[in-house]
Amino acid sequence: MTNELLRISGVTKAYPGVIANSDVSFSIAKGEIHALLGENGAGKSTLVKMIYGLVKPDSGTLHLHGQPYAPTRPSAARNAGVAMVFQHFSLFEALNVAENVALGMENPPPMRALAQKIRAVSEDYGLPLDPSRMVGDLSAGERQRVEIIRCLLQDPKLLIMDEPTSVLTPQEVEILFQTLRQLSAEGTAILYISHKLEEIRALCDEATILRRGKVVGTCTPRDVSARDMAEMMVGAVLTPPARAARKDWGDPQAALEVSGLSLASPIPFGTSLKDISFSVQRGEILGIAGVAGNGQDELLLALSGELRSAPDMVKCHGKPIGEAPPNARRAMGFVAAPEDRLGHAAAPDMSLVENALLSGAVRKDLTRNGFIDWAKTKVWAEEVVAQYDVRTPGTWVAARALSGGNLQKFLMGRELSQAPEVVIINQPTWGVDAAAAAFIRQEILNRAQDGAAVVVISQDLDDLLEVSDRFAALNEGRLTPTRPTEGLTVDEIGLMMGGAHGMEVAHHG
Amino acid sequence: MLVLEKRPSPSRFWQYATPVLAVVLTMLAGGLLFAALGKDPFVAIRTIFWDPLFGEFAFYLRGQLLVKAGPLILIAVGLSLGFRAGIWNIGAEGQYIMGAIFGAGVGLAVFPTESRWIFPVMIVAGAFGGWLWSMIPAILKTRFNTNEILVSLMLVYVAQTILSKAATGFLRNPQGMGFPGSRNFSTYPAARNVELIAGSGMHWGVVAAFIAVIAAYVLLQRHMLGFQIKLAGQAPRAARFAGVQPTRLVVMCMGISGALAGLAGIFEVSGPAGQISIDFASGYGFTAIIVAFLGRLNPLGILLAGLVMALTYVGGEMASTNLGLPSAAIQAFQGMLLFFLLAVDLLSNYRIRLMTGRAA
Repeated sequence: MTNELLRISGVTKAYPGVIANSDVSFSIAKGEIHALLGENGAGKSTLVKMIYGLVKPDSGTLHLHGQPYAPTRPSAARNAGVAMVFQHFSLFEALNVAENVALGMENPPPMRALAQKIRAVSEDYGLPLDPSRMVGDLSAGERQRVEIIRCLLQDPKLLIMDEPTSVLTPQEVEILFQTLRQLSAEGTAILYISHKLEEIRALCDEATILRRGKVVGTCTPRDVSARDMAEMMVGAVLTPPARAARKDWGDPQAALEVSGLSLASPIPFGTSLKDISFSVQRGEILGIAGVAGNGQDELLLALSGELRSAPDMVKCHGKPIGEAPPNARRAMGFVAAPEDRLGHAAAPDMSLVENALLSGAVRKDLTRNGFIDWAKTKVWAEEVVAQYDVRTPGTWVAARALSGGNLQKFLMGRELSQAPEVVIINQPTWGVDAAAAAFIRQEILNRAQDGAAVVVISQDLDDLLEVSDRFAALNEGRLTPTRPTEGLTVDEIGLMMGGAHGMEVAHHG
Repeated sequence: MLVLEKRPSPSRFWQYATPVLAVVLTMLAGGLLFAALGKDPFVAIRTIFWDPLFGEFAFYLRGQLLVKAGPLILIAVGLSLGFRAGIWNIGAEGQYIMGAIFGAGVGLAVFPTESRWIFPVMIVAGAFGGWLWSMIPAILKTRFNTNEILVSLMLVYVAQTILSKAATGFLRNPQGMGFPGSRNFSTYPAARNVELIAGSGMHWGVVAAFIAVIAAYVLLQRHMLGFQIKLAGQAPRAARFAGVQPTRLVVMCMGISGALAGLAGIFEVSGPAGQISIDFASGYGFTAIIVAFLGRLNPLGILLAGLVMALTYVGGEMASTNLGLPSAAIQAFQGMLLFFLLAVDLLSNYRIRLMTGRAA
C-alpha cells in the first residue's frame, strides 16, 4: 500500500460552450495539504465539485484509498470520508450553532450530546465556539468555524476548503492555519483552494496549478516565489500598477466629506453604521478594509444615495447631500459600484447595453426628454467592452451570461469611464484574474490622477495597499481613524480590522 | 428521466412560440372537455375558432370581434405595464366600472344638451374615474405597505355595489318606468360612442386601444419610464441603484392601468352597452389579465392576444347557443389558456433534456 489517499486521472468535464476541466490528473497523499491554485474560471470549483459528488465527470476516474470512487451525491462523498467547507456558507441565521450542525447530519444525536461534541471538537482544534449562540450574531470568521466543525464531526479523511480566507482577518487566518496544520499532522489530507499565493506558500506542501481547465504545473510552494506561481497561474509576466506623484488640486474643501454618519441597516441581519467620519480630497484614494458584513454594503448605499441620511452627514465640496437620491448625486459627479454584481449593480436578464444605461444615463447624457438614445448607449457599451477587455460575443448578451470576472470588468468600466469626480467602489477586483485586477487598479489610480476623490472598499488587502493613499477599516459598523497607507504593516492592518475578535490566545492554551 | 436545464439566456424562439403552443394545448384539452360533455369536439372547436371569422354569420360576428377586443386590449395594455414592474393590479374590473359610472354620470348630468364637447369630457371623466379607483390601492400600498393585489381585488366588489346602486338609484332613467338602468346613450347623439365604419365594430374605444398599443410600445422600447418599469420588475435592487423611486413607479403604473380601464368602461357604456345597467360588468377587467399574459406583457402581443380572446368570446357564445355548451365550460376553456401559458412559459428559460438512464 502506498501513502496515496486520492488519485484523479484524466478527468474531463465540459459544459455547453466551455470546457471546465480537460484531462486533469494529480494525487493527494494522506495528511498532505495540497493547494489547488488558479484564477477564477480556471476550473477549480468544477474539479472539487466532482470530488464532492456534486458534478459527474464526462470522462476520467477518481480513486480513493486505491478503490474506484465515483460519488453521485454529497452524502456518498461524506460517507467515504470527504468533507467540504464552501466559500459561501449555508447556515440559517435564525438558528443556533448546534441546530445548524444538526441540520447537516443524517442521523443527528440528541441536542445536548451534540453540543457537548461541538464543544469538545472546538477545544481540540483551537476553534472556540459556543454551540448555543445564534448564527445571525456570529462574525464571518465564526460562521466559518461552524462549517469547519460540522465537517470535523464526520471525522473526514479529506477536507476540501474553497477560498477559506476571503472572509478572515490576518490574525484569524493564522488561527485557521494552525488548525489545518494540526489536522494534517493527525493524518487528514486537505485540499486547499485559493488564489492567494503567500498563504499557499505559508501553508501547503504541494500545489497543482490550473489554467483554463488544464493542469499547467505542479510545485512545492515553499521552494518557489509567489511571483513565479502567479506567472504560472496567469501564463504571462505581470507588472504592478504605476502611480505618479499626487497633484495638488488647490481645493481646500474635501470633495467628499462624511461626518457622524449613523444609519440603521435596511438589510436583515445587516450591520448599522455607527458615527462614521472621514473625508477625501480631490485626487486622493481612501482605502477601507474590513471583513465582509461589517457595514461595507451599508456604507456604499449611504454614499451612492440609495440610503438617505441627514443632509449634513454626507457633503460634496461642502454642499450637504445626505438626502440627495442616486441620480442627483450622479449629476454632481458621483459613480458607485456595489459589491453584488448580479441583481444590484446589474440586472441579470438585461443586455449589456441596457445595463450600461442603468447607471450611465445621467452622466453619459443618454436620454433626450426622457427618450433613450439607444444608438449612443450601444456605442458607449461597446467602448467599455473593448477598453476593459470584456470577453463577450456582443453587447446584446444578457448580463447573467457573462462569467463573474467578465461582468466585473464590464461594470467597473461602466463606472470608471463616466469621467467621475467622486468614485465609490466596493470590491473592485472581485473574481477577476490577476491581469485584469492590475488593469482595474491602474484605472482607479488614473481616475484619481484626473482629480477624482476615490473610496475603495475591499476585503482584498492587495487592492487597498496598491492603490490607497490613506487607509481605514470598518469593524462592526464603525470606522477606525484613517492613517497613511505607507508604512503600515500587515499586523497593524489586522488590528485595525478588529484583530481576531478576541481569540488570539486560542492556540496557546 | 427528464431533466430541466436552465438556459444561459432566455430563448427568443420560445418567447414567441409559447403563446401559440398554449393556444394549441388549450384546443386539445378543451376538445377533451367538450367531448366529456358529450359534444363533438371538432365541431365545438370549429365553432369557436373558425366560424366567427369565416362561417355563415361571419359578416356580423367579425364586427363583434373588434367590439370585444377593444376593451380587452385597452385594459390589458395598462395592466401589462404594472405587471412588468411587479405591481399587481387585479382590480381593473372595478376601475372599468368606475370609469363607466363617472363618464356616464357626466353625460347624463347634462342631458339633453347638445354640444360637441360633451363626449370628450365624458371620456376624460371616465379615465379620471378609473384612475381615482386605482389610486386607493396605490396610496394604501405606498403609505401603509398594504398588498395591492388584495386591495384592488376587493375594490372590485365595492365598485359592483356602486354599479347596482347607480343602475337602480342615482343614474336610473327617470323615464324608464321604474326599470333599473340609465338612459340609453344610443338616443343621445352628443354623448354617443358611434360605430365609425358601419358593420366593422370599430368605435372610438377600439381606436383608443390601438393608440394605447402604440404608445405602450414606444414607452417600453424608447422611454426611460418604460426602462425603469422593466428594471423594477426584473431586479428591484438594481432599480434602486439606477435611481428608480419605487413609490413613484407604483403610483404611475397603477394610475395608467386604472385610467385605461376607466377609458374602456366609458367607451363601452356609451357605445356597445349603451347604458349603465346592473349587468354592465362583464368580466373584461379579469379577462384582460389573461390577455396581458397571453401577449407576454408585450403591447403587440397583447393586440394579437386580445383578438384571440375576443374570438373565444364570440365563438364561445355561438357554441353555447348553437351546440348547447354551458357558458361555464367556455369560461373554463378561457381559463385553461392562462393555465397552459404559464406552464409552457418554463420553456423560454429552461430546456428539457432527456437523460439516458444510468445507474445511480
